[in-house]
Order: sequence, then C-alpha cells, then structure tokens
Amino acid sequence: MLEIKNLQVKLEEEDKQILKGVDLTVEPGKVHAIMGPNGSGKSTLSYVLSGKDGYEVTGGEALLEGQDILEMEPEERAAAGLFLAFQYPVEIPGVGNMTFLRTAVNAQRKARGEEEMSSTEFLKVVREKAKSLKIDAEMLKRPVNVGFSGGEKKRNEILQMAMLEPKMCILDETDSGLDVDAMKLVADGVNALRGEGRSFLVITHYQRLLDHIKPDVVHIMANGRIIKTGGPELALEVENNGYADLIEEEA
Amino acid sequence: MALPQVKQTATDARLAALSLPEGGWSRPAREAALARVQAMGLPGARDEYWKYTRPDTLTAVEAPSAAVLNVTDEAPVFGERDRLKVVFVDGVFSAEDSDDLALEGLTIERLSEASDIHWAKDLYGTLEANGQSPVERPLAALNTAFATDGLLIRVTGKVAKPLHLLYRHEDDSSDAILHHVVKVEEGGDVTVLESGPAAARFNKVMEVDVADGAGFHHIRVQGRDHERRAATHIFGRLGTESTFKTFTLTVNGVLTRNECVLELTGDDAVCHVAGACMGDGDFHHDDTVFITHDAVNCESRKVFKKVLRNGATGVFQGKILVKPDAQKTDGYQISQSLLLDDDSQFLAKPELEIYADDVACSHGSTSGAIDEDGLFYLRARGVPRGIAEDLLTIAFIAEAVQEVEDEGIQEEINELVAAWLGRRRG
Repeated sequence: MLEIKNLQVKLEEEDKQILKGVDLTVEPGKVHAIMGPNGSGKSTLSYVLSGKDGYEVTGGEALLEGQDILEMEPEERAAAGLFLAFQYPVEIPGVGNMTFLRTAVNAQRKARGEEEMSSTEFLKVVREKAKSLKIDAEMLKRPVNVGFSGGEKKRNEILQMAMLEPKMCILDETDSGLDVDAMKLVADGVNALRGEGRSFLVITHYQRLLDHIKPDVVHIMANGRIIKTGGPELALEVENNGYADLIEEEA
Repeated sequence: MALPQVKQTATDARLAALSLPEGGWSRPAREAALARVQAMGLPGARDEYWKYTRPDTLTAVEAPSAAVLNVTDEAPVFGERDRLKVVFVDGVFSAEDSDDLALEGLTIERLSEASDIHWAKDLYGTLEANGQSPVERPLAALNTAFATDGLLIRVTGKVAKPLHLLYRHEDDSSDAILHHVVKVEEGGDVTVLESGPAAARFNKVMEVDVADGAGFHHIRVQGRDHERRAATHIFGRLGTESTFKTFTLTVNGVLTRNECVLELTGDDAVCHVAGACMGDGDFHHDDTVFITHDAVNCESRKVFKKVLRNGATGVFQGKILVKPDAQKTDGYQISQSLLLDDDSQFLAKPELEIYADDVACSHGSTSGAIDEDGLFYLRARGVPRGIAEDLLTIAFIAEAVQEVEDEGIQEEINELVAAWLGRRRG
C-alpha cells in the first residue's frame, strides 16, 4: 500500500536534516505503528507524506499503491486515498463543518471521476457516522473545530476519515490530549474502519493507544531513522524501558 | 476663517457649475447647506479624513466618465424576492420602471415633487447638518443643497415587504445627486434594499430618523461596474429602544467612499454597521464610520471586512465617541482585510473617544493573507486549492455578512462573492 524508500527530508527555511533515510512498507490491510521520542521526525514524516509546505525532499521516494505521491499536490494525494488525522486539527472560523465535509467528499469524488453525493444521501450518511462517534447535530453545524474540546477535535478527524474512506490513514499522535474515555471512543472509530485493504500508520509517543488500536507491526524511530522494527511486543518494551536503551543499542 | 486658496478655487469652480433647485419647502434647508459648503470648502487631500482617499474626482466640475456595464451573466440582485421596487435611471426617478408607490405602513413621495407643507421639512438636511461636527462632510452638504431627486419615505407601521431602491446607469457621463429622507415613526419597521450602479459619479445622502421602539434595516449591494465613482452618506438618529442595522457589499469600483454617521440619542438603542468589499486592481474603497453614543445602555457594532488583490486599496476610518452621560455603552469595532497578494494595501484608523466611565468598548484591526494552516487542512482533505481559497475568503467575510438578518439575503450575498472570486480566475 505505502512504500517509503530511503526518504530524506530537510527543512526549507534552515539547513536542518530531519529525516535521514526512512524505509518503511505498510502492506494492504495492516496497521503499523511508529513510536519514538520527541524530535525523532515522526510528525515530519506525516506532514511530508501529506504534502505540507516547508519541507524539502532531498532523496528517496514514497509510493502509494505504486504511485509516487511526493510530486503530487496535497489534494491529489487525498483523492488518491491518503488521509492524515492531524495532531492539531485546524480551526476554520466561518466554514461550517457540514459544508467542509460535503465539499471534501465531493471534491475527492470528482477528482476520481465518480459521481458526487447528493445532499440527502450525504446527510443520511454523515448523521449515521457522526452518531457512532458521539458527534451531535450541533457539532456538525458549528464552524470546523472552532470551540471544540481536544476530544471533539479528534473525533471530528475520525468522522472525516469515515466519510472520506481513504485507503491509507496516517494518525499523527491522535491520542495526545485525550482522556481514557475519549481515547477509547476514537480507537473504536478507527477499529470500525479497519478492514480489507485499508492500511494504517499510527504515530504515537505512548503504548497506551496501541492497547486499543492493536498494531501488526511496530517501528521505533529516532534521529530521523527507523532504528528497530518488531511485533506488538516492541511497544511494551518501550513502555517498560523507555527509548534510551534502544537508541543506545543502535548507536 | 478663509479657506486655503486651492480649496477655495476648487469649491468655487464646482459650485459655479451647479444651480440650486427651486426646492419649494426645501429651499431654506438647501440655502443653509450651500452656506455650509461655502464655509467648509470641498474636501482636499490635506484634510484629516481624506488622507487615504483622493477626493479630486469626487469634487471635480466634470464627472469622469464611466462606461456602462451590462451584466448578463448574473441574475439581478434581490430580483427574486417580493419587494416594492423603485427605479432611478442615472439619478432620475423612473415611474415607468417602478412599482406603484403604495404599501401599507409606508408613504413615499419624490423629493422633487413633494408639496409645500411637508413632514420632511424638519428633517431634510437636519441630520446631515448635525453630522458635520466634529468631522466635516462637505460632500453631504453639497448634496443637501443640490440634490435633484430622491425619496421621502415615512414609515408608520411594520412594513410587510422591503423597499428596493434600484439604480440604473445608462449614460457614460451621468453625474447624479440623490437625497433620501426616511422617517420611521414609533413602532414602525422597514427594510430598505439598494442595488445598482446609479451613475458615472454618484453622490447620495440618506437621512434616517428612527423613533422610539422603531426599526430600520438597510442592505445595499454596490457593484459590479468598476469605473463608477460614488460618495455616499448615511446619517441616522436613533430613539429609545430603536434598532438600526445596515450592511453593504461592494464588488469592484475604482472609487467608493461610504460614510455612515449615527447618533444614539435614546436609551437602550442598538446600531450595527457592517460592510464587506471585494476589490481588484485599481479598486479603492473607503468606509468612514462615526458613531456617537449620547444615551445610556446603547449597543453599537461595526464589522468591516475587505478582500483585496492585485494592488487594490481598502480604507477604514472608524470612530466611537462616547459622551459623558452615555454610561453602560457597549461598543465593538472590528476592521479586517484579507490581502490576497503583496501588492494590495489596507489603511485603517480605528478611534475610540470615551468620556463616560462605565463602558465596554473594544476595537481591533488586522491585515493578513489566507491562513496557510487552514488552507493545508482543506487541501489535505481533498479540496482543490482554488476552492479552498474561496471557502476561506467567504469565511473571512462571514462575520460581516452574518449581520444581515435575512438568511436568504445572506446566501445571495455569498453567491455574489463566490461569483466575484470565480471571475478573477478567468
């Protein structure tokens, strides 16, 4: 599904190398987790994959179903099936959540040459999906993320994911700022989307999210590289011993 | 005090080219207004409130010509709604194009035809004259003196449908001076819609007296003809527990100066003045708004948003004056511009002058580009860049557009804005 080969990235503004050759392959239907200390390059990886400005790819490639996505505009990547659940979802005053969702769904459909969703069909689907995430009608009416609590913002991300039905989902520290109940709600939302063909890359500091979203593969990232890859037990090892041992081992 | 020579010369030249209408009952008010113009002189570039907007084409003897724009790709504004339509062609009332001027709760007469004994006698030029202090507005006095047409509107009840003043421009060199007077009597409530290009050069004054408990709602769309020049003034006086709301959308225009001068004279009155404008290239748009609080527990709100690109200029001069006895005043003033490129500019002069001690007044002014984080967020969800920018632009002006109470009109305004955004991409 997603193949990242020797990806090297630096900041555009300053001459600082963030990713120093990342190799990673996520197979269809699998859930991979990336764990790592602050500053290891986890969020940069998610931004570069989704096409945020400010980064310069200095080497390597990233393929989504065999297609090089690094040359694509962010909206083209989205239409190709890539989705980033933001660590800090952006507030957009003046744009209603429903308008936003409908515009996004139909823009992607149009880009893929599919028929746009009618407003009645859209309403029906969005209400149903919102309900399972405990997102009420009021939240759907409000401007995008404005005045939402941390938990509401994250649930809104998952609602977008559910509506857009991407093939490859990247979750950037989706657990940050969530209490246990909110995390469970979000994890349930994600788990409901797991299935044939849809892959996930879950970026997190802590093992606790992985109790709820069980990964197939766990990668440890440090200093711009994947330094270790293993099964779910690797997350537990980090939880018990921290990153220091692993980083030392690598060095 | 003698006027500076340059100003004296310009004023003399302009006045020499105009003749005072007979005016009947309005004649004394016109003569008094003429005396005001002679004393003040017409605006000059050195005047405090004309620093950011060049007045020369507004005061010149000849109106610079403006090509008539025939819009064929857009439905007429407010055209779909049930309203009483009054049409002016190049500043002249057209009975032929207008509806029958009869509506329950409303009497309408033409300024140029009104009989000698008239209610408007006490109002015509009065609010304009009051509005000359502390800031002079000579173009408004010039208007009172020389207006050739306009409506005298008396509102005695709640009017069921809006009054739509539709201005048409058919002559490239028309120079129109219109003066409307609106008197909303106790318990009365009216909505006045205005649209259309009016003339190559348009000087318009609207004096609005809102009695105790009465309501006045005003929604205006200026555009799309780019070459016209307009100087407009609204003078309003608000009684106890009255409401005054005005919103203007301006799309294009090489020079537009919209002044609004309101005085809250009765307790618990509410006034909202809002505007949004969309400008491209040599667009120049100036909102000059002056609100005086002279009563207890009144609310005033000013919300102005300007979208500028390709070197367009936006000006905002806004003042809230709170007099010593105007306790419990709630004043809010925001002016913001969205600069779609580095060539455009926004010049803002927000002022507060407060003499009462128990008031809440705030003002803010910002200039900025499209929010990059918001843009990326939308694009990351698959919304193409152009559509995302349009969405964010419409979102930017939303706070102003939401001042319009009628949701149908809000939608119509958003459609006009979306159409403007669409056109600029060719």
